Amino acid sequence: MFSGLDFEAASGEVLAVVGPNGSGKTSLLRLIAGLLVSGGGSIGLEGGEAELTLPEQSHYLGHRDALKPALSVAENLSFWRDFLGGATGDVKECLTAVGLGHATYLPAAFLSAGQRRRLSIARLLVVRRPVWLLDEPTSALDTAGQELFVGVMREHLASGGIIVAATHTPLGIEARELRMGGK
Amino acid sequence: MTALAALIRRDIKIALRVGGGALIGVLFFLTVTVLMPFAIGPDLPLLARLGPAILWLGALLASLLTLDRLFTADHEDGSLDLIVMGQTPLELACAAKALAHWLAAGVPLIAATPVLGLLLNLDTAATSAVALTLLVGTPALTFTGMIGAALAVTLHRGGLLLAVLVLPLSIPVLIFGVAASQAAITGPLSFGTPFSILCALSLVSFVVGPFAAAASLRHGLD
Repeated sequence: MFSGLDFEAASGEVLAVVGPNGSGKTSLLRLIAGLLVSGGGSIGLEGGEAELTLPEQSHYLGHRDALKPALSVAENLSFWRDFLGGATGDVKECLTAVGLGHATYLPAAFLSAGQRRRLSIARLLVVRRPVWLLDEPTSALDTAGQELFVGVMREHLASGGIIVAATHTPLGIEARELRMGGK
Repeated sequence: MTALAALIRRDIKIALRVGGGALIGVLFFLTVTVLMPFAIGPDLPLLARLGPAILWLGALLASLLTLDRLFTADHEDGSLDLIVMGQTPLELACAAKALAHWLAAGVPLIAATPVLGLLLNLDTAATSAVALTLLVGTPALTFTGMIGAALAVTLHRGGLLLAVLVLPLSIPVLIFGVAASQAAITGPLSFGTPFSILCALSLVSFVVGPFAAAASLRHGLD
């Protein structure tokens, strides 16, 4: 898929992975998340908790929202909070923070694409992890949602987090650029 | 532990809600058992002799019916990625999912057995024997079936493949399940021998199933 790639992101920094379709942006994110096996090379996190691997300290926000239509908004989020563990936040607060406070008991089946994305973003807030791997995070969001997400990202960076985002549209936040598939 | 309990709770909740499929298995079990007397005819001694085998076959097919969604549903909506990335070992997560599936889909089958036993002219002792062997044997069906469910994750139309992969593995469970039930009803074998082997099959599947399923999930992710 790709080779000779060398990059780093420091604490409080955004790495924007850009490139044409099929250049391997998603594959790179899944590689960092430990969901793909690399043919060579290494990826590591300096600092962090020594006992945990990089995927265990990362949030992965992919194309698919990891939501169950049969469960309510709050049940979906509480499940991920309990399953992912770690330092955890309050479900209601996080839902309000992403603008879903009014839909707590609504089954996730009734959410629109943008609302589903907002609920996935709430997952990043309810369990704190230092590394966020975001794949086209703003694709389904409206303007207000994108502004909200920029705020969420700024807060994460201010607390020393790292963001690696694959994107076509500008994130609305200053970022170091990693260009893939450039000839 | 919180993580595993959360996973089990979520899976049971989804299975019991509308469209979840836990009751589809029972309905299928009921249909198969109700149809059998019509096919075999109203010969009561014959029905009683075939009863345990019919119940076991029905339970086996009913448990396969819902098993193919065990990992596929999580794979399609992206939950599986997060489960694989999580701090919970994948083997334990697989075991938790299988346990939840058995609680939601397997236990109702066992609960339905006494009612269906009536339709097959089984007396109380025979029905209890079948229910007991099902209680011990159906976990083995779920935990070996889980391996097939994990293999079917990345394939379209994995349901049929699941049946082809899993049915041969469940033959020993079927043989000893029916043998133990028959032994309890008519003899001449003692009930203990096949029943112990059935217990052993279940225990082996608890160990092998989660590891095999986790290994196949790790390789199958794309």
